[in-house]
Amino acid sequence: MEFNNNFILGCSAIGAGLAVIAGIGPGVGQGIAAGHAAAAVGRNPGAKGDITSTMLLGQAVAETTGLYGLLIAMLLLFVKPLLP
Amino acid sequence: MGRGILLSGGADIDFMIHGVFSYELFGQTVWITTTHICVLIVMLVLAIFSIIAGRTMKKAEEIPKGFQNVVEIVVEMLDGVVTNTMGKNAPGFKNYIGTIFIFILVSNISGLFGLRPPTADYGVTLPLGLMTFTLIHFNKFKYQKVSGVIKGLCDPWPFWAPINIIGDVAVPISLSLRLFANILSGTVIMALIYGLLSKFALIWPAALHVYFDLFSGAIQTYVFCMLTMTYISDAMTTE
Repeated sequence: MEFNNNFILGCSAIGAGLAVIAGIGPGVGQGIAAGHAAAAVGRNPGAKGDITSTMLLGQAVAETTGLYGLLIAMLLLFVKPLLP
Repeated sequence: MGRGILLSGGADIDFMIHGVFSYELFGQTVWITTTHICVLIVMLVLAIFSIIAGRTMKKAEEIPKGFQNVVEIVVEMLDGVVTNTMGKNAPGFKNYIGTIFIFILVSNISGLFGLRPPTADYGVTLPLGLMTFTLIHFNKFKYQKVSGVIKGLCDPWPFWAPINIIGDVAVPISLSLRLFANILSGTVIMALIYGLLSKFALIWPAALHVYFDLFSGAIQTYVFCMLTMTYISDAMTTE
């Protein structure tokens, strides 16, 4: 079956949009991490520096899964691997 | 690089890597790209900085002032980070971690100076990840011996080994992709803003530069070095 190039590009754009939905997960995760960090600072204000750096490290690691989705979207939009 | 289908494809949205000139090597066309040039600029800046720092430290004074202060702050900060994370394993790794920390940091914030950040090219971050991978496994074999490595692979049960191997291989890939994708997303967003809002992007993009270049770049540098140190000191612990 033959497909028009424009059809393939349109489907790639839809796929890219769907791939960026992966951003929901890290958003929730980072929010939970920030919430718990805020609670921890409330309980022990002296350890604010340690808590902040731990939170940022954890958030950056949690962000990775969302970035995979972003990479797929970038590949679909700019590298266009599906075009013949 | 062709018309992007993005947002009706402005030709002025440009964040791709461009070839500068090409040469033939063993029948293959090899391109010198903008990434090479940006890496060279970063290396040049770091080399000049270190030469000046070395000269300053040769005639160091008891009470530091001026440039000596800056150098001492940088070195003490890096020493502190490595010592806090790696504990007794720290002395052997202060040089390596300090080097990649400074290199990645300067690469990430080079977007501020109009360069395309070298770390927004997977060809730069993958070798960094592979260096971490090599260090992890070198130290694993050195400290845990072959028996310890095999025992670690067959951790809960022997048939779990393939999953453990996949987990080991995923470490450099996730490390390098994390750095690459963070910096690339910042570069893309800044390129979109400058390309699409060319007339209106006057002063306010500076705030976005602070977030995407400075904050995000510094955090990702810290995370890369932190994870490298954690993995290495994990590999160096023997039960």
